[in-house]
Amino acid sequence: MKHLSIELYKKMFLIRSAELQIQEIYAQDEMKTPMHMSMGEEAIVAGVVGALNAEDQVLGTYRSHALYLAKTGDTERFYAEMFGKVGGCARGKAGSMHLSALGQGLLCCSAIVASGIPVAMGAAFANKYKNNGKRVAVFFGDGAMDEGVFWETINFCGLHKLPILFICEDNGFAVHTRREKRQRFSSDHQLFENFGIKAFEENTTDPEIIYNTTRNALNHLQTTGQPCFLRFHYYRYLEHVGINEDFDAGYRDREEFLAWREKDPLRMQRQKLLGQGVSLALIEALEHEINAKVEAGIRFARQSSFPAECETYQGVFQCA
Amino acid sequence: MRMITYCDAINEALIQEMERDPSVFIYGIGVPDHKKIFGTTKGILEKFGPARCFDTPIAEDSMTGLALGAAINGLRPIHVHIRVDFLLLAMNQIANLISSFSYGCGGAAGAPLVIRAIVGRGWGQGFQHSKSMHGTFAKIPGLKVICPTTPEDAKGLMITAIRDNDPVLVFEHRWLYWQTGEVAKDSFTIPLGRGRVVKEGKDLTIVATSWMNVEALHAARILERHGVDVEIIDPRSIVPLDEEIIVNSVNKTGRCLVADNDWTYCGFSAEVAALVSSRCFGRLHAPVERLGFAQTPCPTVRRLENVFYPNAEKIVRRVEKMTGLAPIDLSGEVFYSHENRFKGPF
Repeated sequence: MKHLSIELYKKMFLIRSAELQIQEIYAQDEMKTPMHMSMGEEAIVAGVVGALNAEDQVLGTYRSHALYLAKTGDTERFYAEMFGKVGGCARGKAGSMHLSALGQGLLCCSAIVASGIPVAMGAAFANKYKNNGKRVAVFFGDGAMDEGVFWETINFCGLHKLPILFICEDNGFAVHTRREKRQRFSSDHQLFENFGIKAFEENTTDPEIIYNTTRNALNHLQTTGQPCFLRFHYYRYLEHVGINEDFDAGYRDREEFLAWREKDPLRMQRQKLLGQGVSLALIEALEHEINAKVEAGIRFARQSSFPAECETYQGVFQCA
Repeated sequence: MRMITYCDAINEALIQEMERDPSVFIYGIGVPDHKKIFGTTKGILEKFGPARCFDTPIAEDSMTGLALGAAINGLRPIHVHIRVDFLLLAMNQIANLISSFSYGCGGAAGAPLVIRAIVGRGWGQGFQHSKSMHGTFAKIPGLKVICPTTPEDAKGLMITAIRDNDPVLVFEHRWLYWQTGEVAKDSFTIPLGRGRVVKEGKDLTIVATSWMNVEALHAARILERHGVDVEIIDPRSIVPLDEEIIVNSVNKTGRCLVADNDWTYCGFSAEVAALVSSRCFGRLHAPVERLGFAQTPCPTVRRLENVFYPNAEKIVRRVEKMTGLAPIDLSGEVFYSHENRFKGPF
């Protein structure tokens, strides 16, 4: 149990540390890519990815720094992609919004809301077709549930009992618009049950609760073949896109944020570790190690070169 | 060699590839039902079972995403649309995800998938069952686009498309399904990006796509009787395009008419005209001309539909203009005869 707590903390700390560095150096304008920051949602990604096997697969959205870091643990290709360098995970062609690591199971991150969800269905379809035991978890925001393609996908996955988890990272806003202005439905349970999909919901910043919920969902999937929908509430600390706060914009109150920050996932988990008897020295050593890895990633990115101009034309097709 | 129809050639290609490669599967609205997509999917469900041949909900958008996800994970999907018009519901997946998948991961992997879409025409198909739009898809980088005309091309290009590691869109004209031609029984491939000389000639080049090859041949037979020797080039694949076969032909004939089975405005015909202008300018005896759909939605009633679609008669008239040929008396000719064969509801 203590081991799990430490592992989840490490995943969350890597994400937070990496994004704090982005905040720190973004103004230098070396990273010319629209940043959709994960800050505030670290527990969800850490818990879900922690519950998956390494060979399981994930898909995300334009807000997937956390997902990439949790799934791969890599910082070099991550930052090189942010810097638009040839050492990036997509050789600088994708940027912050389209991270991928095919070898490590991050298949696709799309910047069109909900559009990665049917792709995840296809990946799950292939895994079932090949009977390879891999599961797929697809991450999206509550705004994606406004899209028709989300419901098309839910219907087909329920119908065909595909091995997939739908992970709704619910921050209550589609960009700046609250859920109640967009959605009539409320009860996930009834709604998804009709599609043959089991719904779970947690309102927590504790990654271990999220980990356990995900494990329960995976067990349900294993025993019944039913896909699962998991709604995890969180609060987006920063603006929709960008590295700054936006509480002066009028669409949400700073008070809301402060209430969530009281239960900040990093701080809570650190306290928990100390409570479990993990020494401060050990925690600080882990943090130091992760910060060093983040700094090494940034160094790598700075040292990596920009792609040669001829690269513009490469990669459009596999066979020209 | 045996003669088979275009429809049977497609069916044979699909079955042979599914036999060869267990990662190939086929799906789409109506694919396994009793109509079998006009016969092109007959026998597949019976031979390969419902895991590899299945019907889908009416959900083109998500079902196209399914193809991409399955392709990323090592399968070779074939997604079928009984009309090109329905394919437009999948445009987000095609234009925003499938086309850029390879590029977006730095070329690390591709999306080996095939999308078959049928071009409807006649018996009142109207403005939502008649589009072709191969040029619209062709302008999106990352997609390969083919328009097979003959049974042999239908089989050989389909097999190549299935084996290709990139997304390939196949536009099949419904009226070509009855065309018969010699087709080898064994599996064979025809490379993408190589056009075909349908008919050799010396006076004028017609670059024709899909059904327009049938019309061009009809026109060429009439023109031949009046001393005009037409060469017909079928590019077969729009992306990649065999530029050389077009340029070589026009450099030889000095005249080029593009007969495209699509709207002309901002279409493939404009692309060919630009290519020819750029590379054959000094050899041209006349401006490049284009024929295609009228710049209107497709009307339902036959009388107006005949105005909407280009045909052999319009090709003859345009060639007269380009060559200075005196107007030919066409009173004994039958045009749009396929209209009389084609009965509904499909």
